[in-house]
Amino acid sequence: MGLEDLNHNFLTARVEDLVKWGRRNSVWPATFGLACCAIEMMAVGTADFDISRFGMEVFRASPRQADLMIVAGRVSQKMAPVLRQVYDQMMDPKWVISMGVCASTGGMFNNYAIVQGVDQVVPVDVYAPGCPPSPETLLHAVLTLHEKIRTGAITRRAPETRPAEQVSGWTPEQVDVVRLGTPR
Amino acid sequence: MSEPGRRSRLPKINVGPFGGFKVTLEQMALPRVTVQYPDHKRPKPIRAHGRHVLNRYEDGMEKCIGCELCAGVCPADCIYVRGADNDPGDPVSPGERYGFVYEINYLRCIHCDLCVEACPTQAITESKMFEFSFTNRADAIYTKAELVVDDDGRPQHMPWEDWREGDDQYTSAWMRATAPGGDAEYEGEVGWSGELGYGERFPEAGQSGRRDDSRSGTRSLRDMYTLHLDDSERLPGQRGTRGAVNRLRARIEAKRPGHRPAGGAFPVHAVTPGAVEPAPDAGTGRELAGDSTGDGVEVGS
Repeated sequence: MGLEDLNHNFLTARVEDLVKWGRRNSVWPATFGLACCAIEMMAVGTADFDISRFGMEVFRASPRQADLMIVAGRVSQKMAPVLRQVYDQMMDPKWVISMGVCASTGGMFNNYAIVQGVDQVVPVDVYAPGCPPSPETLLHAVLTLHEKIRTGAITRRAPETRPAEQVSGWTPEQVDVVRLGTPR
Repeated sequence: MSEPGRRSRLPKINVGPFGGFKVTLEQMALPRVTVQYPDHKRPKPIRAHGRHVLNRYEDGMEKCIGCELCAGVCPADCIYVRGADNDPGDPVSPGERYGFVYEINYLRCIHCDLCVEACPTQAITESKMFEFSFTNRADAIYTKAELVVDDDGRPQHMPWEDWREGDDQYTSAWMRATAPGGDAEYEGEVGWSGELGYGERFPEAGQSGRRDDSRSGTRSLRDMYTLHLDDSERLPGQRGTRGAVNRLRARIEAKRPGHRPAGGAFPVHAVTPGAVEPAPDAGTGRELAGDSTGDGVEVGS
């Protein structure tokens, strides 16, 4: 959209901030409620929690008008291609919140019918834990996404910063325990 | 001229299709219910299930013995535990074994608290903090360094979590009622040892008629959490003017010298860390399950 060739000088930096501010305050979610988490997602839209305070009350029925897909609920293997198609139909820039443990990792449904993590199908920006997450937890995830939009680049996705083997925090001794069994 | 039932009604104005605005205008006059979340957080119910904590004894020893019962009972397979033998010269926990690796994947945990009920030493309990989110899957795996409580017995506050006032209080209070040591004969009896930051805790309301709410401190906490309730949500004795009079009367009664409250709200037992006086024989190697009756703790009557 013409922003790719911008050099980073003072003026364009301010333009970038303006673009990020605009994106941050008008993230329109697509309706993608799949299970019980969708009830909490609807509760976020009610007067008690009022997601319109963040400019997000417009849950669009069409993915072409949406910026954010809140995957709320467990994704079955049959639903996965539909999910991917909805994601592909969304316009760039687009973000994904994986709401609840079932969408994030399969949760307690560790079986053949449920996709073990929606990030196998679409790239996920923010994971909201909980079964289901409370409306406050979803708002916390939304605020985390806002922070990600604010600090990220406007033309491309931020790359993964840390490889998976570095983030486990295990000492070599602990890795040996896992691999070989209990010491002593 | 006027019929009997007619006089109570408002004067009828024919506004045609705009009659629906009456509902809108009425709603505008009602008080706002929105909780401004990032600024304010709604208080959690007293037994809310949130992020876990790994508790320690009053002397700083860890309670976890690495038995892996929590991992075995977990329906979502989110807990990973490995136990190891304690070094006799520098033990981590007061038994033979301790939890060497302890990890919880919060993108699998469904907060069912079966781990809390399974734990034989009350090592793992849950706080009331439920507001956290992650930007990748690896960050959601909490290790023992993050789960174990601080030196004052409170949960560690991670920078990506949203802790508020009261979320880290009474992290294990609710569990005392649901796990009465397994024997119905001893319901309401103390069957556990002191906890870092809280000291010896008393049974909570819930299962036993022999409980003492004023000593456990949970009654006052519940009163704190019901302050935000609507009047219609309160118990019948606490509603309206009569409820206010009752509360005032209870407060005056409690201030009388020599008064022992019967299920009343005062005083709170062992709220501040450090103000707890340890039980005479509270030590490292105390047996957890068997010492309740010989402890000299009289609960109720």
